[in-house]
Amino acid sequence: NRFPQHGHYVPQKFADNRIISSKYTVWNFVPKNLFEQFRRVANFYFLIIFLVQLMIDTPTSPITSGLPLFFVITVTAIKQGYEDWLRHKADNEVNGAPVYVVRSGGLVKTRSKNIRVGDIVRVAKDETFPVDLVLLSSDRVDGSCHVTTASLDGETNLKTHVAVPETAVLQSVANLDKLVAVIECQQPEADLYRTADVYMLRLFLFRPLGPESLLLRGARLKNTKEIFGVAVYTGMETKMALNYKSKSQKRSAVEKSMNSFLIIYLIILLFEAILSTILKYAWQAEEKWDEPWYNEKTEHERNSSKVIFISDFLAFLVLYNFIIPISLYVTVEMQKFLGSFFIGWDLDLYHEETNQRAQVNTSDLNEELGQVEYVFTDKTGTLTENEMQFRECSINGIKYQEVNGKLTPEGFPEDSPDGNRHEEELFLKAVCLCHTVQINADQTDGADGPWHANGITAPLEYYASSPDEKALVEAASRGICFYFLILKDRTIVKINAVYKLLHVLEFDPNRRRMSVIVESPSGEKLLFTKGAESSILPRSKSGEIDKTRIHVDEFALKGLRTLCVAYRRFTPEEYQEIGKRLHEARTALQQREERLADVFNFIERDLELLGATGVEDKLQEKVQETIEALRLAGIKVWVLTGDKHETAVSVSLSCGHFHRTMNILELVQHKSDSTCAEQLRHTGTKSIFLSLNRIKEDHVIQHGLVVDGTSLSLALREHEKLFMEVCKNCSAVLCCRMAPLQKAKVVRLLKTSPEKPITLAIGDGANDVSMIQEAHVGIGIMGKEGRQAVRNSDYAIARFKFLSKLLFVHGHFYYIRIATLVQYFFYKNVCFITPQFLYQFFCLFSQQTLYDSVYLTLYNICFTSLPVLIYSLFEQHVHPHVLQSKPVLYRDISKNAHLGFKPFLYWTILGFFHAFVFFYGSYLLMGEDTSLLGNGQMFGNWTFGTLVFTVMVITVTMKMALETHFWTWINHFVTWGSIVFYFIFSLSMKLPFLHTQDMYFVFVQLLSSGSAWFAIILIVVACLFIDVVKKVLYRHLQPTSTEKAQIRFASSVKKVVLESFHHSCVSYVIFTIPQPFLEFWVSPVDSVFQHSRHQCQVWK
Amino acid sequence: GKKNYKADGHPSGGVGVPGGGAVGGGGGGAVKTRKPDNTAFKQQRLPAWQPILTAGTVLPAFFIIGLIFIPIGIGIFVTSNNIREYEIDYTGTEPSSPCNKCLNVSWDSTPPCTCTINFTLEHSFESNVFMYYGLSNFYQNHRRYVKSRDDSQLNGDNSSLLNPSKECEPYRTNEDKPIAPCGAIANSMFNDTLELYRIDNDTRTPITLIKKGIAWWTDKNVKFRNPTGDGNNLTALFQGTTKPVNWPKPVYMLDSEPDNNGFINEDFIVWMRTAALPTFRKLYRLIERKNNLQPTLQAGKYSLDIAYNYPVHSFDGRKRMILSTISWMGGKNPFLGIAYITVGSICFFLGVVLLIIHHKYGNRNTSADIPN
Repeated sequence: NRFPQHGHYVPQKFADNRIISSKYTVWNFVPKNLFEQFRRVANFYFLIIFLVQLMIDTPTSPITSGLPLFFVITVTAIKQGYEDWLRHKADNEVNGAPVYVVRSGGLVKTRSKNIRVGDIVRVAKDETFPVDLVLLSSDRVDGSCHVTTASLDGETNLKTHVAVPETAVLQSVANLDKLVAVIECQQPEADLYRTADVYMLRLFLFRPLGPESLLLRGARLKNTKEIFGVAVYTGMETKMALNYKSKSQKRSAVEKSMNSFLIIYLIILLFEAILSTILKYAWQAEEKWDEPWYNEKTEHERNSSKVIFISDFLAFLVLYNFIIPISLYVTVEMQKFLGSFFIGWDLDLYHEETNQRAQVNTSDLNEELGQVEYVFTDKTGTLTENEMQFRECSINGIKYQEVNGKLTPEGFPEDSPDGNRHEEELFLKAVCLCHTVQINADQTDGADGPWHANGITAPLEYYASSPDEKALVEAASRGICFYFLILKDRTIVKINAVYKLLHVLEFDPNRRRMSVIVESPSGEKLLFTKGAESSILPRSKSGEIDKTRIHVDEFALKGLRTLCVAYRRFTPEEYQEIGKRLHEARTALQQREERLADVFNFIERDLELLGATGVEDKLQEKVQETIEALRLAGIKVWVLTGDKHETAVSVSLSCGHFHRTMNILELVQHKSDSTCAEQLRHTGTKSIFLSLNRIKEDHVIQHGLVVDGTSLSLALREHEKLFMEVCKNCSAVLCCRMAPLQKAKVVRLLKTSPEKPITLAIGDGANDVSMIQEAHVGIGIMGKEGRQAVRNSDYAIARFKFLSKLLFVHGHFYYIRIATLVQYFFYKNVCFITPQFLYQFFCLFSQQTLYDSVYLTLYNICFTSLPVLIYSLFEQHVHPHVLQSKPVLYRDISKNAHLGFKPFLYWTILGFFHAFVFFYGSYLLMGEDTSLLGNGQMFGNWTFGTLVFTVMVITVTMKMALETHFWTWINHFVTWGSIVFYFIFSLSMKLPFLHTQDMYFVFVQLLSSGSAWFAIILIVVACLFIDVVKKVLYRHLQPTSTEKAQIRFASSVKKVVLESFHHSCVSYVIFTIPQPFLEFWVSPVDSVFQHSRHQCQVWK
Repeated sequence: GKKNYKADGHPSGGVGVPGGGAVGGGGGGAVKTRKPDNTAFKQQRLPAWQPILTAGTVLPAFFIIGLIFIPIGIGIFVTSNNIREYEIDYTGTEPSSPCNKCLNVSWDSTPPCTCTINFTLEHSFESNVFMYYGLSNFYQNHRRYVKSRDDSQLNGDNSSLLNPSKECEPYRTNEDKPIAPCGAIANSMFNDTLELYRIDNDTRTPITLIKKGIAWWTDKNVKFRNPTGDGNNLTALFQGTTKPVNWPKPVYMLDSEPDNNGFINEDFIVWMRTAALPTFRKLYRLIERKNNLQPTLQAGKYSLDIAYNYPVHSFDGRKRMILSTISWMGGKNPFLGIAYITVGSICFFLGVVLLIIHHKYGNRNTSADIPN
């Protein structure tokens, strides 16, 4: 798309510069939000029920389902509206930011949203770019500027961008105003790292522009006073906006079982409705029941009676529809939304050094954290600090070590042999030249920086996109290298020599190397390459290849990261050809990446190997403990790394992933299918054999498996099953030499295996993104390699060790909370609606409701909603310390244990049982319909329903109380408050203006009956004590480890409490003091616990 | 001067909505600490009571429940047993029954079919006696029936009086006149008349039956009201309406006393409170104890005179007359007492079981180690 420069551009052709991250506007909020909400099955179901109630004559008024539905929809809408309002606010802040634009010969201050394509924008130092700009000029003569893209991708290094050479001189507003030019650019594209093709045509001069002239919105100007640029992509077409992409929805296992429960209840509902309809017609067959003289039908009913079978069925459906818990979804949503705050608030997940707290990007998966079976972790930056320290190098087949800032050859006396001097120098040159490191120094003062004053003394900071490079250059600056070289603009400055940087062949993960082409002071054109040994060694034709390979392996065994360095000299002819090809590829319009890769491959060959470097990456703290804990919790840990086999194994050993005692099976360096299969079979049988032995012997032999990328792809191609079999028998698996997509593939393989385990992927770099997105739960480490992983993750933490708290404490809590929440919701609705169903047997299936419609409406949204919500936010069935120190407890909830078939059946049966007790208890109380009042007067059907309902509200609330282990004042408040509210609400039915209601004074009459009080107490106790007995029996006869831990913890606290009372015969006291009285300590348990742990040891 | 780039260039992690976030925070300046507050709430350390249901904790509760429930149960049971109750089925389905002749009466048979049933009370009824009529197989809880009323009309609303609610169909209008009171419930009002005589040496002494105080006070005084208008002449106030089809006379002629006539007739109000179950009783009359020397109803012979108007045979219904005394907890109802005794005993029994479990397993559990 062409367009003229400012002055005569056509504004309507392009989007304006407004950023819209919000989903709704004031106008479309209601319809759009409603539409989205009703796409949910449950909401849609209730909408249908509501419509049915509106259309046909149903037993309950439309309000009974309309009001809860309205409530649910409103709460969700408020939540979404609030989130959208936040987005609007953020948008407005961005869109309203002041910017300076060149217009009509001067600088005009305007708002960011008013920028149009073609406007020339001035950006000052430390400001962010409001649009994607083509850099026209900066305050520097060469038209360059520095930016940091921290807010885009988190890379903190300074990047140099250059102005269009022809316009670089236009440094004043007046000059720029006269500029007439045409820019031709591609359609907007999202990829931040793909180079955007921009062309500039000016006065018949055709000028291709690379990404170095394009300044992206969101990046920040550094070290440069001001720049001018012309807006090319605005608003939603900027790269940043295009990267807003909404993440794919991940659904948790709990949600899936929730949906299957819904289906089961839907079936129960249909069954009840159909049964009722059939029975109704069976009764109706007889005239005396269908239409006794006292209860005649209307003419209309009589005429339609033959065709209303469907309508009867629908009426029963409406009557029983509350068995599907309407507020389940909204409660779950609130619970997840509010509950996820606790992760961010957790001090234990806060990392002081980097000032990072845990970050929750999606609250949908909280409970999934408690279900993890496989952890896939990246190595660099996840297990390690990603803080590189140069340790050793190998130059021309001789090993050197860094000792006190000096490079000393190994095995030689202090004075190095002079024979190696030349290679040494070349090697160091290569290390110093071949990088993209930026230094940070205030250089806005102009061309002369501090380094010119021979100043290696000034401590400089380096900004590098790769920590390896940084380590190498830092090592160089420590004086190992005689030369101090830095990259300055387009020239590499050396103290005594100036190398001109001609080309940079950037690093990419597929090539696994990067190169620079420089011109030495003597005019020689040199190529320096460094990269993974697998990508350099095959391309080298001379140098000490074999020795270097041995050294590289030795470095790797020490756990060092290795890089090989090589160079190549160009003849002038060669260089010309290279220059031409490079230019062609870089300016290519189509398939530029592929063509560039071809050219790079063409250039980087026939290398002369110089040597290799070994860089140490320190392990993060407590990695070993964390991995051990994960293993204890029954989680299998897989390390997926791009590192060399040897490096990976040594790091695995040092971080406790592999044990010394482990039997390590290797599946590496297989070139062909058949050998790979053979090896697999071999290791497979071996491991299976061993695992059989394992069962016999008490002594556990663990297996570790090492696979590399190529072997893995071979193994996966043909022998997936066999490979999986082997993997499952291994307690630790290490995959090395993995490409990013392979990581994701491994995750997907495990995810889709027959057991469908829950997977978690954790990583810090862009290469982990695919894996993070693939896994059920993706965790980003806020590391040094940008924020790509964090942005694409579901949760982000600062350190690997935080994983244990995140899983064992938060995951466990959230799982327990939501599992109980879901079960309880179904339970309470079974309790709610089953008496209604039973009542039909006593009213000729006439669809008479047992409860008044007010109760039907408010049961779920008022009387029973809060205790379970509060429970699901605050419940801690075991003390967090216990959970974290005993990872075994994690196994108690694995495989969705609390939402399996058995617990579901238990809750359902309990619900039905309670419902039967409510109904038949009240029924028998009424007995032959004797009076329950002291004055002999009688109750009616509404009083009966109210009795059942009262018993139900109390029982259901008390059931929640029985489930609660952690009674904060909030729990007390909502639990007792709910019951009190129910009573107050029901008593309000006696208000005079309600006298035409069926319920008028019914509740007061009910409470004025002594029998009713006794019945309520009796039925509640009868319902609950069976549940209590079940709980106690299970706890004593088949205790889970969690329950044991509860008791242990409680008794340890109790001992401490007792200790303060009695100094002697404590064991005697424990048995004689009635236990419940001891349960009543209301104390900040933490302090007691700290104390008690100490005590426990003494006591043993 | 020098700038602290370490702070400045620090990734502004997670400040904005991920992926949204827009442009990063303000330039330069000290980085705000993102350290979470160390409050009990945010750290999930609110002080809390953490009960655990173990045999040890629930044991005493079970014993206490058992010990409380059993005496309560016995008390209730005894109370219920002390209540005198006498019931007569006067449906007349058996050919031997005196009311057999009336079995197939219809609503408008004049004069009404009458029958007399003699009975003997073995024990005297000491305190106030409550006289009920009971119906079986009568579905007052049928949905079509329950909703077939107009509460506004019954509350004396004049517009509803002349224009009753649609819910009253098909008992809303008759011959184009609105029915007052409308609806199936009112239309099917129980209209047998029961009279009780004491037979003492062949002399029949009528027993005074009090017809007030049988309905809820709020029903009588708030929920049900006669239409208002000029004067107190009910006939005039119900002008323009017609009687329910099955009634022999209009609503303003239900009783001779003005404060028990029209919508506030207590027999009517009692009937309008629909029963929960198809077998039900409704309070019919009160028999007050006259003095402390004599029981309300002495043991002896009695006769019940019935004006048999209410047909129940067509739906296999039964009609009963019940005489009952009342305790503080209502009429005779052995269920509650038995249930209390049962639940209490089970609780006590389970308490014993748990005690055994507690002694057998209690120690093991607290000392057992969690496998690592």
